[in-house]
Amino acid sequence: MAKRVNITIDGRNILAEEGRNLVEVASENGFFIPSLCYFETIDPPLGTCRTCTCRINGKFGPACTEKVTEGLTLEVNAPDLKDMRKALVEMMFAEGNHICPSCEKSGNCDLQHMGYELGIAISRFPHLFKDRLIDYDAKRMIMEHNRCIKCMRCVVEIKNDDGNQIFSYQNRGNETYVGIDYKEEKKLSREQAIHAMNICPTGAIIVRGESYGLPFGFRKFDKKSTRPDYGKPIHNNNKRKGKPAKKTIATVSLAGCFGCHMSLLDIDTELLDMVELISFHKSPITDIKEFSQRCDVGIVEGSVCNDENVETLRAFRKNCDLLVAVGECAIWGGLPSMRNSIPLGECMEEAYLNCVTSEEGNTIIPYHKDLPKMLDRVYESREIVKIDYFIPGCPPDAQHIWKAVKNLLWDENYSILYSEFKYD
Amino acid sequence: MDAQLTGTYLNEPPRTQMLNRLWEFQRAKQYISDADIITLARDYQISEIEIEGIVSFYHFFHRKPAGKYTIYLNNSMTSHLKGFNRILEAFERETAAKAGSTDPTGTFGLFLTPCIGLSDQEPAALINFYPFTNLNTLKIRDIITQLRKGVPVEELYDMPKENIHYTTEDKPGIFFSDFKSGSAISKLVALQQNGVINLLKETKLSGRGGAFYPTWMKWQAAADENSTQKVVVCNADEGEPGTFKDRALLHKVPETVIEGMIVCAYAVGAGFGLIYLRAEYTWLLNRIEKALQRYRDKGLLGKSCGGITNFNFDIRVQLGAGSYVCGEETALLESAEGKRGEPRTRWFYPVQKGYLNLPTVVNNVETFSAVSRIIEFGTDHFRSYGIEKSPGTKIISVSGDCKYPGIYEIEWGMTLGELLDKCGAEDPYYIQESGPSGTVLTVDELDVPFAMFAEFFSQHIRCGGALTIFNKNRDILEILLNYADFYKKESCGICTPCRAGNYFIERKLGRLKNRLANKDDIEELKQWSIIMRHTSRCGLGKTATNSLINTLDKFGDYFDGIIEQDKSALNVGFDMEAAIRDYEEFKN
Repeated sequence: MAKRVNITIDGRNILAEEGRNLVEVASENGFFIPSLCYFETIDPPLGTCRTCTCRINGKFGPACTEKVTEGLTLEVNAPDLKDMRKALVEMMFAEGNHICPSCEKSGNCDLQHMGYELGIAISRFPHLFKDRLIDYDAKRMIMEHNRCIKCMRCVVEIKNDDGNQIFSYQNRGNETYVGIDYKEEKKLSREQAIHAMNICPTGAIIVRGESYGLPFGFRKFDKKSTRPDYGKPIHNNNKRKGKPAKKTIATVSLAGCFGCHMSLLDIDTELLDMVELISFHKSPITDIKEFSQRCDVGIVEGSVCNDENVETLRAFRKNCDLLVAVGECAIWGGLPSMRNSIPLGECMEEAYLNCVTSEEGNTIIPYHKDLPKMLDRVYESREIVKIDYFIPGCPPDAQHIWKAVKNLLWDENYSILYSEFKYD
Repeated sequence: MDAQLTGTYLNEPPRTQMLNRLWEFQRAKQYISDADIITLARDYQISEIEIEGIVSFYHFFHRKPAGKYTIYLNNSMTSHLKGFNRILEAFERETAAKAGSTDPTGTFGLFLTPCIGLSDQEPAALINFYPFTNLNTLKIRDIITQLRKGVPVEELYDMPKENIHYTTEDKPGIFFSDFKSGSAISKLVALQQNGVINLLKETKLSGRGGAFYPTWMKWQAAADENSTQKVVVCNADEGEPGTFKDRALLHKVPETVIEGMIVCAYAVGAGFGLIYLRAEYTWLLNRIEKALQRYRDKGLLGKSCGGITNFNFDIRVQLGAGSYVCGEETALLESAEGKRGEPRTRWFYPVQKGYLNLPTVVNNVETFSAVSRIIEFGTDHFRSYGIEKSPGTKIISVSGDCKYPGIYEIEWGMTLGELLDKCGAEDPYYIQESGPSGTVLTVDELDVPFAMFAEFFSQHIRCGGALTIFNKNRDILEILLNYADFYKKESCGICTPCRAGNYFIERKLGRLKNRLANKDDIEELKQWSIIMRHTSRCGLGKTATNSLINTLDKFGDYFDGIIEQDKSALNVGFDMEAAIRDYEEFKN
């Protein structure tokens, strides 16, 4: 057995085996360090995703490429480090085109899981919406390049019986992607192919006929955090005395499906509470079209895809004290933003001219001065006006919305349960 | 340019010939075909996708014909200062090829490439890797006409001039005087291995690639490694935009570089050397190969090098294929092994496991050159230059808005102001030191000296080898956008902060350019830059935002002038007209 040496993690002395990987030692001792590219059997470690960046002996570096040595000090939970690691995971969400509600891996996805654990409601980085093709040409699997985070796991781990690589990075810089070798891929056994799908931390590798192998609802990351210190539920510490003042809310659905509004109705018995405490002003619920008074909170669902959406959103900003973006569309574009990597002209042609339901010789692209004008791409709500709060989900959990609104209106303490914080 | 690559004292696995094989295909028909890929995959017993990955990593390898005459026009900032747009137009007009493609007949291919190491003679381009400098529209017309007539490129190109200046013209520096081959090698036996390393320690020689790691420490670590085979690698992949000092050394005194490597091999006990030469310097390949051959002929390379028994050492030149990141030492080693030039993690250092997992010393061209001179002249001569903590001289490539661009071998301790005066800087305003990954200086810092180490904690400029001068009429944002585009394309693409980060930075700068940014955007730019600095995998990502951070700090007034001052929550910089333009155009 290897020598045991003393190391310090966040000021705590720990006895650890010399030469072991720091990420593992930290995790065994109850320190949560996010990691995505790290995989136990891959040696030397990859060090590509950088989400395990810590301060090691005073210097920034990823814990996964560091070995335990006598006297090593590791700093994990300093505020700047936490923010940095969160930023790295946010980068991945903004760089790829990650649409959780339509992804086979949702619920079993390491990237999504890291998002939950770090409480990422929105990426601080602008979504790049890079145009990426999905590669359907391989016999056994589909490469969904939109979801790949270029962690390198499959590149080094997956080989066929000839010992040849199936995956390899292609290009470089912002054009980098993981290519698949059609000839070599054919030679993979079923088990090897499934291993490739499972080792992928996102849903980038999909094996035909196998991706729905497990029943729906059996999802690894839905119920409970893997972090021992994940925000424990705080019971409503209700400070208000007597009946609170009645508040006014406005809601709107821009380019969305109204699903978030539907989710509002799921707060069940608390609806009775709500009716007592809140009145709705401009909202699809009341059918009030114009603002005639100032509102306390504006709830915005949906993304911004035409000039009417822009005007509406600006009116909300003008007339509401606080604006809350509810749901993935309002937060970063969501499903409507799937058109963002395709030029507007092509979208219109597909929708109005070449669509399977359009009548031949009887097609037109609508244009009239009274019709809203389509924007060049779908915008996030925060690209148009300042947004104060973001509630993720597709749709967000009803309790999440209600707790957040109560907190905003009456300063009630609240805590979001792990199971209430979802992207799908 | 078909120079023979010769000589190896290490049983290198066949895979290390990968780049050379690819170059053969590329040169033979100006592209690499599907059949070539299949051939290589079969020969090396690896999958085709892996070969595709290597080909697509290097921007001088093409998968479609790149023209009988392949033109690479430099797209770096110094070229833009000298009228890049006009030159590009002229090339497009004369060749009928659009940038990034060939003309319909396939005669000319026109491509853009970052700095080709000719910043003092811009605008410059490479045609079939022969240099053409100080271009203008008439000259381009002439060159293309001649090429169409069938005049060979080798009769038309310009041999780059090396304009070398010294601190004081009557006291020549250390590097460029005539060098007699063997003058350092002849002293090795008397010095012994320890003696060599001690000399380096006395002269405080440190890595001249810009990291300034003490050379003796690196060599000592390699010497201490217990291995029967060790490797010496010379990093001649001088890719930092604005830098061309290694070009001058390899051009004028390649012997000093070779001899420095031999000294190193002797000191650490290595049997094999590798010069990794950037493909932009293909025109220097012949010169280096000839110098190596002269060394072999004189018995200074090969078996019993310089007559020293049991000291067998030879050097091979490996040509790169267009990738900035391969200047990072571990990426360089990966590339030399015939792989994609992706930097390694620090799980092992090159002196532990470097080229082919053997203990490897990687040093810059200038470092090896300095070693030869130190052994040749002795430490006293070396220390008679410079200042107490930074003895010796430093070679700096000066370009941009100045009267006398060129090579300046300055003594450490010279101030920025003195160097600017010497090179005839014209109204300097934004002074870039060590290229985009270095620091930005202003005219408030004219008294700051160039030094490796600070004297009494004062400010100093630790210059890796380039000084690019921009005058007051240059648009700072254009410079930053050029840098961002450069890093976005040159990142190896495997670590998140560098691959995605540089892209985000470019987007943000785009907002500034469109005058949509406000104070928050500036703040975010700073924060994102710092995240990239602390989390990137290698030096590229760590330093990619250096200039940006400096500029935001030092040129605050400039940014105040171009940002939106309205602080209301309504205005977050959305341009409605631009957003509906596509739709308005489409309906027509």
